[in-house]
Parts: sequence; structure tokens; C-alpha cells
Amino acid sequence: MESSVGIVTPQTIHFAEPLPLQNGSTLAGYDLMVETYGELNAQRSNAVLVCHALNASHHVAGVSAHDPTDLGWWDNMVGPGKPLDTNRFFVIGVNNLGSCFGSTGPMSLDPSSGVPYGARFPVITVEDWVNAQARLADSFGIERFAAVMGGSLGGMQAVAWSLMYPSRVGHCVVVASTPKLSAQNIAFNEVARSAILSDPDFYGGDYYAHNVKPRRGLRVARMIGHITYLSDDDMAAKFGRALRREVHAEGGDAYQFSFDVEFEVESYLRYQGDKFAEYFDANTYLLITRALDYFDPAKEFDGNLTAALAHTEANYLVVSFSTDWRFAPARSRELVKALLDHKRTVTYAEIDAPHGHDAFLLDDARYHNLVRAYYDRIATEIGA
Amino acid sequence: MSQLVDTAAAVPNAPAATVPAAAAARHEPATQQSIFDSLTPRADFRTIARWVEPRSSVLDLGCGDGSLLSILRAELEIVGYGIEINDAGVLACAEKGVNVIQQNLEDGLRLFEDQSFDLAVLSQTLQTIHQTAAILRETVRVARQAIVSFPNFGYWPHRLEVLRGRMPVSKALPYQWHNTPNVRVLTIEDFEALAPEVGIEIIERSVLHGGRTIRWGHNWRGSLAVYRVQGVGRGKPSR
Repeated sequence: MESSVGIVTPQTIHFAEPLPLQNGSTLAGYDLMVETYGELNAQRSNAVLVCHALNASHHVAGVSAHDPTDLGWWDNMVGPGKPLDTNRFFVIGVNNLGSCFGSTGPMSLDPSSGVPYGARFPVITVEDWVNAQARLADSFGIERFAAVMGGSLGGMQAVAWSLMYPSRVGHCVVVASTPKLSAQNIAFNEVARSAILSDPDFYGGDYYAHNVKPRRGLRVARMIGHITYLSDDDMAAKFGRALRREVHAEGGDAYQFSFDVEFEVESYLRYQGDKFAEYFDANTYLLITRALDYFDPAKEFDGNLTAALAHTEANYLVVSFSTDWRFAPARSRELVKALLDHKRTVTYAEIDAPHGHDAFLLDDARYHNLVRAYYDRIATEIGA
Repeated sequence: MSQLVDTAAAVPNAPAATVPAAAAARHEPATQQSIFDSLTPRADFRTIARWVEPRSSVLDLGCGDGSLLSILRAELEIVGYGIEINDAGVLACAEKGVNVIQQNLEDGLRLFEDQSFDLAVLSQTLQTIHQTAAILRETVRVARQAIVSFPNFGYWPHRLEVLRGRMPVSKALPYQWHNTPNVRVLTIEDFEALAPEVGIEIIERSVLHGGRTIRWGHNWRGSLAVYRVQGVGRGKPSR
């Protein structure tokens, strides 16, 4: 029977040793915010690291102790009896460096100046995150993860793990991801960043000192993002051309001939944008979209992904969704092809789901049963 | 085509039919018989297994639930990959721990480099594909040798049914005309006529009915044809 991991409390883990970053700088001490579910076995062989995407956090499953409505972002995937079964696996959720949910990021105080890092927080990469996560694994005494798993940007971290620490990853579960962003992907990110950078409340990234935040920029950034997370069909089904009306409003289906919210889809985007602007940090949005842009493990191999994957040892489960046009199935197939070139152990599923990129967060029986079957095999392998 | 050597399923010294060294080295050596017993679900599996070399790389095109690859891996220690479009098949493969790539064979085999597999298997899949010539060319492009099997529409009861005015329904063709996944109707003679046109050289043939080898009148008496083939000019004998 599936159930929830229940009420969860995050922990902060401090790392005193400086972390060298890909951009050449060094991050002095830093904190990582972490949640764990399940029990680490005596051999420490049943650990699974779950990596988050753009706007998520360490809070993967269960409900927050301080807010019973705050459900983990992958609660349908992780928990007792769920596809990633916490009765068998010890699951770690970690908030990445540069994010805004408790790990060290632009909102944190820069020890060298005593004021928030703001725009001075170093531009960080997927590889930097993985190095920080490796130290986190060390702190738990985990030499090798049974699996590293993630969707979208989280999937990139899983792939990076298998490249950077080949002997420390048993399996890589890569969902709705890509080995690199396309020009179109980068273009959307640039529009989102431009919205934030051009907001008068941005103050060059030091808005904290002015007690404001660039809400307008964040709203537009989130609206752009949301459009790319949904498929055209899904938007048509959810909203179509339905007009936004109070139930008993006069006027029926007549246009208002104004620029107020007229269509349901506008109302949805504004709602999502407003909500996001309240809880997310603009500097974090800039950093994480940049980390997405920069990710390209084939870059130092003249664009040859097969060469980049030469030293991997992990087994892979790669999943894409047919209507995902942000990271389309063709992107996942690039990864699969490079793995096949090395005859790596790989399973690739292309789930025919209508929900676009967002499908990786949704409950779909075909998708979840496949992940469940895959973890069953891992559990058998490690005797969990 | 009469110069073709029909391989009898019962001949013990057919290629790769000896007990594999890999299996013999293990605690419980696999006998050919144990392999064949576990392959009973599909009549052509036995012939296919006979033509698979131990520890070779095998690509099963239209692998279904992964049964063939699972057995070949357990008994012959092959490195296997399956291609399957059906969700239930993909899930069944994952449950067995069989590598599977979900895709439509009609889209070709672009994920696979030339000659990157020892063997490709098209087991009763050919008749379900529209792009017949393309998939045959692709099959011998990606693998040094291939096994192709298909139900023989020339089997005499099928011909009789057509003479009687109805499309055949039999053990080998268990579907009605309106719900069959078979989109290409072919006979043994048809396949052998097409093979050179699509750059395929036939190495061996085994024609079966009811699990038994048909030694004469194969295009009348055989309901299932199994071929070992390679690309024309690939000409290297199997290891």
C-alpha cells in the first residue's frame, strides 16, 4: 500500500571546507538544506539522491512540519510503497547551492562583507552542485549511491554524477531531461532573465537592501516558464479560449475590449506568476537558468556526447514524454544513443502523455510503474 | 533458392549449437535442452537460440516482453537490447531487467551505429511493419548477421482458406483480417525474391510447422520461416 512519509523536518548541514567552483572562484563555508526519508542500511548501500529542478527544493516528499499544506514536490514518486519506496531505500533531498530554500545562496550573508551576496554570489554550474552533493554523501558516509535521480534540470545532475563520480553511482534515473539546452531553450531563459534584470526593483541584484524584490520581473519569468512546461494540447484542454468570468457575471461571452484578464489562460499565468514572485528569489532564478544554459558535458569533447560518456559506469533509466517540447524526446534519445554507443545498460521509455514537460511531476501509471519496476530491480541487486 | 541449405532443428551440430563455454563454466551447466525447454513459448525461439553465439551482442527488434533476451542472457550471457513500442512490453522488459528502448521500428534504427551488434533479431515482426525494405536494410546495417522469422502465408491451409473465399485464421495467423497487426502478407518465395533487392544475403533457412522442421515442400507445408542473413558483401563467416 502506498502511503506518505508523513511530517518531515529539514536539517541544515554546514560544510566548513571551501568549495572550488567551475568559474575559478571558491565558495567559503556553506550550508546545504536536506531532508531524508527511510533508513540507511548497515552497508550504506541503499541511498538514493533526488535532485531538484529549477524552482524546487530539498522538500521532496511528505508534509512540512510547519505547514501541513506544503506537500513535497515529488510526493507521488517517493514514499512508503511508492515507485521510489522509502521502506527499502534511504532517500536524500537536497536544496542546491544558489537556491533560496535554506542552502547558501544570494540571500545568504557573505561572510567577507556581512551583507547578502546578492549579485556577487558566484555563477554556479551543475557540476558545482554535484561536487557539493558529493561532500553531502561523504557526510552521510555514503560511498556509492544506489541511484541518483532527477527530472529536467535534476536529470542533468544525475547525468553529471555518472560522469564526474562514475564509481559512486549505481544507477542514473534521468526523466524529461536533456544533455544540453537548445538555442530555443536558452532563448526562453534569456527572456525570463531580461524580465528580471529590467525590473526597476532589481537594483543590480541588491534589492534586499531596499526591502523590495523584482516581483514584476519574476512574474513574467514564471509566466514564460509555465508556457514551456505545458503542451499546446494540454493548454487547449485546460483553458481553450474560455473567457474569465464570474459565474453570474453579466455580459456572458461578450469581449470587454480591454487589457484586463480576458481569457482563462491569462488568469492562470498571472496567478502562477504572482504566487511564484512571493516565494522565489530573483537572483536564484538568474543563477539556475544560467546553470541550465551552461550544462553541456560534450563541450570539452568537441560536442561529442559519446566521447563525454566514455568513462561512465552507471546503468541508466531514461524517460521522456511525447508532448514535452521543452526537453523533447529527441533530446533524451541523444543521451540514449551515446549510451548505446558504449553498450551501457540502458532502458529508455517514451511515455505518450499529453501534459508536456510537467508530465514528469504528474502521476501517470505507465511512467510510475516503470520507475517502480526499475527500483524493484535495484532493490533486488542490493538486497534492500 | 533451391540451393539453400535448410537447417534442421534437430541437427545437434548446427552452428553455435554446442553447449556454450560460458554456460559450461558455471555451477549448473546449461544444456541445449534446458535452453530449448525454456524457449517453448514461441516456435521460432528455439531456432533463433541455436544461431546465437555465447556472449555476443544481440538486438531484438520488436522484443515484446523481453522473454527471448532474458533467456539468452541467462543461458548464453549475451549483451542484449530490445526495441519495443508497446508500453506493456517495455514495462515487462524493465521487470525482467532487460535493456529496452521504446520506439517505433518504422522510424528506423538511427540510435544504432553500423555493424554495432553481432546479431539482430526480427522475430515475427517483419510482417507487422509497413517500411519492409527499410527495416531489412537497417537490420543488416546495424548487425553483422540477422535472424528474420515470419509466418508463411503460403502454408497450404492458408491457401485453401483463400480459395474458399475467406482470409486464413490459424495458429500461425491467429487474427481476423480486420484486427490483425500483420500489414504485410508474404510467403517464403516472396521473402527470398525480395532479399537480394534489399541487399540481404541468406545464409541459412529453417522452415517449421508445429515446432518440427519441414524438409520438403516448405512453401506449402511450412507455417513459420526462420532465416539467418547478412548484408550482401558483409561476407564474413560467423566467428
